[in-house]
Amino acid sequence: MDFQVVVLAGGTSKELIPLVSKEVPKALLPVANRPVLSYVLEFLEQSNLKHLIVVVEGEDAALRVGGWISSAYVDRLHVEVAAVPEDIGTAGALRAIGHYLTAHDILVVSGDLVCDVPPGAVAAAHRRHDAVVTAMLCSAPVSGPSESGSSGGKDKTKKPGRYNIIGLDPTKQFLLFIAAGAEVEKDIRVQKSILRAVGQMEIRTDLMDAHLYAFKRSVLQEILGQKESFQSLRQDVLPYLVRSQLRSELSLDGAQAEENGNDKVVSLDNKAMRSQLVANTSSPSFHELCAMGPNGSAPFPRNTHKCCVYIASKNKYCARLNSIQAFSDINRDVIGEASHLSGYSFSAHNNIIHSSAELGSKTTVGPQCMLGEGSQMGDKCSVKRSVLGRHCRIGSNVKVVNSVIMNHVTIGDGCSIQGSVICSNVQLQDRVVLRDCQVGAGFVVSAGSEYKGESLARK
Amino acid sequence: MVQKKGATRVSEDAEEELARVPLQAILLADSFAQKFRPITLERPKVLLPLVNIPMIDYTLAWLESAGVEEVFVFCCAHSRQVTDYLTNSKWFSQPNFSIKTIESHNCVSAGDALRLIYEQHVIHGDFVLISGDTLSNMSLTQVLEEHKERRKKDSNAVMTMVIKKSKPSPLTHQSRLGTDELFMAIDPDTNQLLYYEDKADHLKGTISLDNLLLADKSSVSLHNDKQDCYIDICSPEVLSLFTDNFDYQHLRRHFVKGLLVDDIMGYKIFTHEIYSSYAARIDNFRSYDTISKDIIQRWTYPFVPDVQFIGNSSTKLERLGMYRAPGIEQSRSAQIGPFTVVGNGSTIGNNTKISNSVVGEGCNIGSKVSIEGCYIWHNVTIEDGCTLKHAIVCDGVIIKSGAVLEPGVVLSFKVVIGQQFVVPSYSKVSLLQQPTKQDSDEELEYADDSSAVVEIPSFNITSDKLSGELTSELSEPQRRAVSEVGSGGVGYMWSVGEGDYEEELRHSVAPIPADKLAEVIQAAIDDMEMSAQDGNLLPPSGELQADSNSIYSEDNIDDIRDDYIYFEKEVEATFLRAVHENIKEDHVILEVNSLRLSYNKTSVDCAGALFYSMMKLAIETPHSSAGDLINNATNVIGTWKKLLKYYLPSLDEEIEVILKFEEMCLESAREFSSIFVQVLHLLYDEEILQEDAILNWASEKEGAEEADKVFLKQSKGFIQWLIEAPEED
Repeated sequence: MDFQVVVLAGGTSKELIPLVSKEVPKALLPVANRPVLSYVLEFLEQSNLKHLIVVVEGEDAALRVGGWISSAYVDRLHVEVAAVPEDIGTAGALRAIGHYLTAHDILVVSGDLVCDVPPGAVAAAHRRHDAVVTAMLCSAPVSGPSESGSSGGKDKTKKPGRYNIIGLDPTKQFLLFIAAGAEVEKDIRVQKSILRAVGQMEIRTDLMDAHLYAFKRSVLQEILGQKESFQSLRQDVLPYLVRSQLRSELSLDGAQAEENGNDKVVSLDNKAMRSQLVANTSSPSFHELCAMGPNGSAPFPRNTHKCCVYIASKNKYCARLNSIQAFSDINRDVIGEASHLSGYSFSAHNNIIHSSAELGSKTTVGPQCMLGEGSQMGDKCSVKRSVLGRHCRIGSNVKVVNSVIMNHVTIGDGCSIQGSVICSNVQLQDRVVLRDCQVGAGFVVSAGSEYKGESLARK
Repeated sequence: MVQKKGATRVSEDAEEELARVPLQAILLADSFAQKFRPITLERPKVLLPLVNIPMIDYTLAWLESAGVEEVFVFCCAHSRQVTDYLTNSKWFSQPNFSIKTIESHNCVSAGDALRLIYEQHVIHGDFVLISGDTLSNMSLTQVLEEHKERRKKDSNAVMTMVIKKSKPSPLTHQSRLGTDELFMAIDPDTNQLLYYEDKADHLKGTISLDNLLLADKSSVSLHNDKQDCYIDICSPEVLSLFTDNFDYQHLRRHFVKGLLVDDIMGYKIFTHEIYSSYAARIDNFRSYDTISKDIIQRWTYPFVPDVQFIGNSSTKLERLGMYRAPGIEQSRSAQIGPFTVVGNGSTIGNNTKISNSVVGEGCNIGSKVSIEGCYIWHNVTIEDGCTLKHAIVCDGVIIKSGAVLEPGVVLSFKVVIGQQFVVPSYSKVSLLQQPTKQDSDEELEYADDSSAVVEIPSFNITSDKLSGELTSELSEPQRRAVSEVGSGGVGYMWSVGEGDYEEELRHSVAPIPADKLAEVIQAAIDDMEMSAQDGNLLPPSGELQADSNSIYSEDNIDDIRDDYIYFEKEVEATFLRAVHENIKEDHVILEVNSLRLSYNKTSVDCAGALFYSMMKLAIETPHSSAGDLINNATNVIGTWKKLLKYYLPSLDEEIEVILKFEEMCLESAREFSSIFVQVLHLLYDEEILQEDAILNWASEKEGAEEADKVFLKQSKGFIQWLIEAPEED
């Protein structure tokens, strides 16, 4: 496959403070005791995509990510880690690494995607239609932490129903309209010309953009070059391509020719193949009809390009780690409903307890839990639906419910932790009660304190 | 209102009641439009022959076959002709089918008609609402069932609209039925109609759907590929709604839109799509042509010429879609082509060619006549050697030898076309004079707005007057007529206004010529270009970060922007007028207040807009240097201080003024950017801005992006001074 894969791993995302820090960029946040980036890399590896470019914001973060990748995947993947300045945006990042891109098509994956949809399917949809862009859509989570298998957490704002508004053609293959971000809350403005061409458009609010795109490289670079104000793929580049699809300003054929050098035979072959492909997909799409005009002979043939979608089926898991809520949700799902993603084998009790972990007497670890290497727990503890990292030392009479505890955390006796995230090297002294809190790395919570819904971090 | 309450309460029992109440229908025997003029000046549209049978017979035959038991025929224009026709028809003698006519002479719209019917208290249950120019062969059973089922669950489901798939693309719309393109949004699960736009506003390249429509739905279908059949199943509330909202005229434009947009009492409209049956409405000459062809090609079966669904004469179907009534005298050398209907008692001469046409009863067609795609009604005489293409020829017309009708011609009743005369394309000829230009313009404008309004009463007068004129001053018009339609011809040529030509073309009986089609395609492309540009104009959300939440802060500004621009313009105009005409401040305040109310703005907006107008005035006053510009600004602000101050009751408004000024400096009036601090100082000195406002602005801006802080940096010294000043006090 002539695909190049770009993984946009981000930097230290503001939304995830205090979970992320200089030491732990977003890509290395643990999901079930593995960096979140490993899910993407393995998901690509399974599809035999082994030549990857990982783009990280910030030099420091890039070094850390690069270091981790080379240690974990040294003989499995060929990864190039590219550092780009911070706050450059997804489009900016691609612009910055433009010189790396050579293949005909580019697969762009967000580094925080936890998903089990084969990227090959997206690539195939992209190729089948000779599209300029193909976006993967997945079912939007039914507001809040949901029970269904498709749940995930894109609860950026915890307001229900704010994901994307997506317009599809009746065959559900083409993307006709997309609203993202703030536009979702506004009135929907649909271009009549597109509607005229396609006749019927289905507007969906129950889908969301999964941040996995296949782009035609020539087109992507043309746009990035022309529209310098574009910063985000999701909010600028994709909507632009969708808007202009029936009246393309892109020099598709020119790019094609340039690509194939002077070898016109190849280009002809390409075209022949393409028309054959088009013929195979039953009737011509509305793009061709529109380009050709009525009776197949418009006096002014029009440039069109295609924006396709691949809709992941409902039983696939697909979520992005882009908020604290999502972090908790994904951790819970990966050892729970979507356990096949974690890559661990579960015990008979439907949990994972590392053989080196030590449990005191009368301590129970419930199903859908994980206990990392070398962790110790005192007596009469109870752990439910939580992930505990490596080398944690937990005292007696500790309750941990619905929480994520990272590595090297010390928890004193009689603590109660619910719905919280506790980062590495945190020390909780005796009888601390935390509910819906986030505790940043290295923080010390003094004995007997109680917190609810707070974010604790070192200044 | 009392009546309505009663009706809704009864609706629970409506199902049982319906079992007893016979199925009723309201047939509007008046389209309240003038697309068939000049023919409809003499005969109502519903009585015009469609493949030799009056249109209303198709509608009534369908209603009868669909199980409707009681039909109220509402007649307005030419009501006498309609009632006479119905009285003499077989419809009054049908078993289980009763027809009652309701006459009125002062109704100008469907809304009026329905209000009148409501007053008569004749409708007791769900009814079918249809106009007399609609053709269908669909079965009502299913749609009625659906309607009742919905009513059981939700008494607000007052109407079910029948729709049918049609091909999209503006071309097919125009070339098939000649109707406006239709955009609908339908909930795919419940079939509820959410949006309806038929009079396409070509200036708008986009459809704007209210966000609330999607509030509790996961998907909505937008359609451009559906055709409104104009067959509605209505609940009795529809009538009372028309009565309550006495300004509703047009069924679609007012009633449907009113229900969808204003959300009156939560009433809902649903759609029912038909797939295999036929339904269409004759809206204009083009749809007349299309539907005639559909009848000949038997899409409307059983309502086709060779089936006697009404007292029509027996006609035989021959191969190639030829229908021939008995008693035709046809020369052996005449060639009658495919898809042609020839009525009883017509004679056709030697070497005459007829194809794709309808010839009525008792017509006399000479030899060497060529007729293609024409609709020739009854008792028409066509002399030798004429050529007719895509024309409509009404009863009693005489076309003298050698005359030519170019495509798109309409000859109204009893017109005589002179020898060798060539009637140019798209012309309409009538014995009645065209209403004066001014008149027709007014009408058209009227019709464009509400389209339902026709000046029927005044027509009656004109027709009387005209017929009087015809009899008394026969010689005069006759003489003039000669010049208009050839020697020996009788009739007035109706002129087409320059602007209406496009419309004419779209609605004409003749096919759209190739070059026009190309134009339409070009227009579509332009349209697309426009909308693409429109798309480009959308603010590139470049500064917005992919995963940042900060984007929501811009929401409000964007939402109200369009509206705000208009408001700002109005305020500016008001202000300028005040400046030039020396209007007192109090009056300006009154005017701005009224604008504020009508645009639903806050005093913050008023302050912003007023300040904007003032600064604009300052910059537009001639000046040579930045110093002059400051002087200008000082003058303007000094003069209108009181006005501005009125709209600055609190700090918020003052901050808005600073923000507005900043925005101006960045965008529309860059000249100010160099003297930002001076103007700020000026505003402070004039006591328009308080110290706190400036400081608040500064602290608000502190957190902004670097690019936005240009002016903050500029005014650093000034702010510093402000902070220190009170300490000196």
